[in-house]
Amino acid sequence: MSKKIADATIPTIPLAARFQRWFGRNLIRVYMVLAFTYLFIPVAYTFAFSFNDSGKSNLIWKGFTLDNWKNPCGAPEVCNALANSIKIGLLATIFSTILGTMIAFAIGRHKFKGRSTSNLLIFLPMATPEIVLGASLLSLFLVFKINPGFWPTVIAHVMFCISFVVVTVKARIASLDPRLEQAAMDLYANEFQTFRRVTLPLVAPGIAGAALLAFSLSFDDFIITNFNSGTVITFPKFVYTAAARGIPAQANVIGSGMFFLALAIVIAGQLVNRRKAR
Amino acid sequence: MGKIRTPYLLLLPGFGFLFVFFILPILNLAQTSTQTPVGGGDTGQYEQTFRFQNYIDAFVENKEQFGRSFVYALIATFLALAISYPLAYAIAFKSGKYKNFFLVLVVAPFFTSFLLRTVAWKQILGEEGFVVPTLRSVGIISDSTTLTSTAFAVVMGMTYNFLPFMTLPLFASIDRIDPRTLEASGDLYANGFTTFRKVTLPLSMPGVVAGTLLTFIPAAGDYVNAAILGSPNTKMIGNVIESRYFKIVDYPTAAALSFTLMAAILILVTVYIRKAGTEELV
Repeated sequence: MSKKIADATIPTIPLAARFQRWFGRNLIRVYMVLAFTYLFIPVAYTFAFSFNDSGKSNLIWKGFTLDNWKNPCGAPEVCNALANSIKIGLLATIFSTILGTMIAFAIGRHKFKGRSTSNLLIFLPMATPEIVLGASLLSLFLVFKINPGFWPTVIAHVMFCISFVVVTVKARIASLDPRLEQAAMDLYANEFQTFRRVTLPLVAPGIAGAALLAFSLSFDDFIITNFNSGTVITFPKFVYTAAARGIPAQANVIGSGMFFLALAIVIAGQLVNRRKAR
Repeated sequence: MGKIRTPYLLLLPGFGFLFVFFILPILNLAQTSTQTPVGGGDTGQYEQTFRFQNYIDAFVENKEQFGRSFVYALIATFLALAISYPLAYAIAFKSGKYKNFFLVLVVAPFFTSFLLRTVAWKQILGEEGFVVPTLRSVGIISDSTTLTSTAFAVVMGMTYNFLPFMTLPLFASIDRIDPRTLEASGDLYANGFTTFRKVTLPLSMPGVVAGTLLTFIPAAGDYVNAAILGSPNTKMIGNVIESRYFKIVDYPTAAALSFTLMAAILILVTVYIRKAGTEELV
């Protein structure tokens, strides 16, 4: 009924005023659409140009093809670079997650002398510009006559990932209800059993999140890697070097593939969380 | 008894690692920064002479790039804040059950490699992209104006690349605001703007401080955006440090520049945290 009345009154309002009213009501929605468009333009561009029948230089649209997706290793070096990035990422993730989680438990679960100094030491690498981290570590390697390469890069990545792991896991530990552990102790679980059966499972999602964060930071790092990797080519390094003459479409395939893979992991994680919450 | 030792045992491996690969390198960098070339030695050979003049020389020679780094980083931080605040606000208060979905959307673009996205911007804003011809045909820019290789492109690239570092902390602190405080403000006859200025903004300050720091620090030391989207006229201090290291093999100057950059950022950050922390925000 009321809708009919509204419909009947609308034509009497001039178009400009109607638009103004609609705009006022939906301002936030319009803004969100614009903001997300801005965020996704380069992603859409990268995805679109992964189908470009481009030949060597992927600058101008030359026609649609699936060849790049069928043969993502078609461009020289690109899969070698990808493999290096994955290897370095996995190693850096394992070491930084273990070391960082231990620190997070120490700071999050214990009161001890030097706790605020510890917090400062965790904060400092995050507050130091990447270029300073990369340059200083390279200087150290040069002093000890260690050539930059695969393992120096792994070490560099572990170094800058630790702080992010600590911060992520610590936040999870801080949100735990201490009564759960007390309950376990009341039920005669010893310290180790309480940790293994109660604390660790509760902190696990935080550790998993930290590991994912560490992997993506390592996988995407360019500046620190560029200083410490020597002749080893990682995926970001490959893109940077190729950028001058136009990157091959296969790089777009890999970039888009990583995008959808990461999206799938995040969505799966959210679904698991939602099911647990029920 | 074991309990007292536990935290230290947990800290030992991680902090040992950070000591060797973070603290020592920084100390070593300080050591390098006052070295001078070995007389008659090869390029890249230096000896310690405690020449603090290195700092002054390095700064004077590159003050333009220093200034540019801080100006670009400040503009990019400000733009990121202006873009992120309404977005974080909308996600926290106006997206209902789709909150998590929108949060994933904020982070999702960053699953594509940082460099690929920057190269994509270069091509989108380049002569063959669709932006320049469109703007020319509408007459917003003249036929001779280009968008790439400009300060505009570099600042835009930095704003884009560091946006989630701004949006996520902003969201975290806006999301924690109890909507009833906003209702209470409205009940007390505050209009929308007053409520924002007196309630929402002060309560979201921790997010604003965290977000601006997380954007400004990497932006000031960045050289990738300037290298891909800029020109020799938009060189930042990161580009200078990089080329001193790799092209000129001038380690002392690179080290002195790194230290100056770090010190400048630390001073700015300390002043900023003090201001944001103690002064009542109008």
